[in-house]
Amino acid sequence: MQPRAEIVHWLFATGFLMLGLLLAAEAIVGAAVWRRRAWRRHAWPSLAFALGLLLWPVTVFFTTSTLHMLAHGAWAQVAMLAGAVELALARGKLQSPLWRLTSAAALLVSGAAFLIHEQNPWLFSRAAFLHHALGWTAIVAAVFPVGEALRPRVPAFRIGFALTFVAFAVLLYADRDVAPIFGHLSEQAR
Amino acid sequence: MAAELASQLEERTARRPARVLAVRALGPATILGGIVWAIAQPYRVTLLEPRGEGFWDLLVQPPLLVVVVGALFALAVAPGLVCDLEAEEDRAAAR
Repeated sequence: MQPRAEIVHWLFATGFLMLGLLLAAEAIVGAAVWRRRAWRRHAWPSLAFALGLLLWPVTVFFTTSTLHMLAHGAWAQVAMLAGAVELALARGKLQSPLWRLTSAAALLVSGAAFLIHEQNPWLFSRAAFLHHALGWTAIVAAVFPVGEALRPRVPAFRIGFALTFVAFAVLLYADRDVAPIFGHLSEQAR
Repeated sequence: MAAELASQLEERTARRPARVLAVRALGPATILGGIVWAIAQPYRVTLLEPRGEGFWDLLVQPPLLVVVVGALFALAVAPGLVCDLEAEEDRAAAR
């Protein structure tokens, strides 16, 4: 009994919302306080890795074309990669803040995957609009982990990174399998 | 010198409530967001009219998921974090 695609999007939105809250809390209190408890150090990287893992069954069961499957597979891989690198940073296996550039790469690849695999224009349907919006959000938001890698002590970059995932959550929660956007819905989308 | 130290201590003490308040507010703010959304779009909450709804539609109700995330954060993350933040600030003030 498979859920509709929009329901899966809402579930992932929930995961991204929690990710955003954890990152925002870390930005507010600072890394030193955040890392005092071991479970907190591992919380958001583990969640990011888990979201990547969960994208694999989505890739298998919910994609409807090669391009669609490749996009979801790309998201799965980069989410797992970014989560794994951040876990290694949390555990001290990696030290250099330049490893944060992996998260930037993950956002760039994710954004590109959104934009490339969405072949319809912005106002084709709500889903098409959200693909474009998510894609550009991810690409622009890559600046935050780059900033963190180069200027680790500036909290604005961590705050921006946190708000990126809150934005992802809002956009994913808005998803519907078939729905208009600003009054527009193509006949081919119905 | 004593006046300078007193002013530094006042500054740190003023900063602490702001950060503690911000962390404490994250959970309730998220919960409030979910409630406001449920009021604005009640059709997204299938519990209000469950007859005829499928298993997944009853299990996954986005405004309620937002409320759950906020509650989880407020109950599981915020208390320990606030405790650690206050301890850190006390340590810094004592130095």
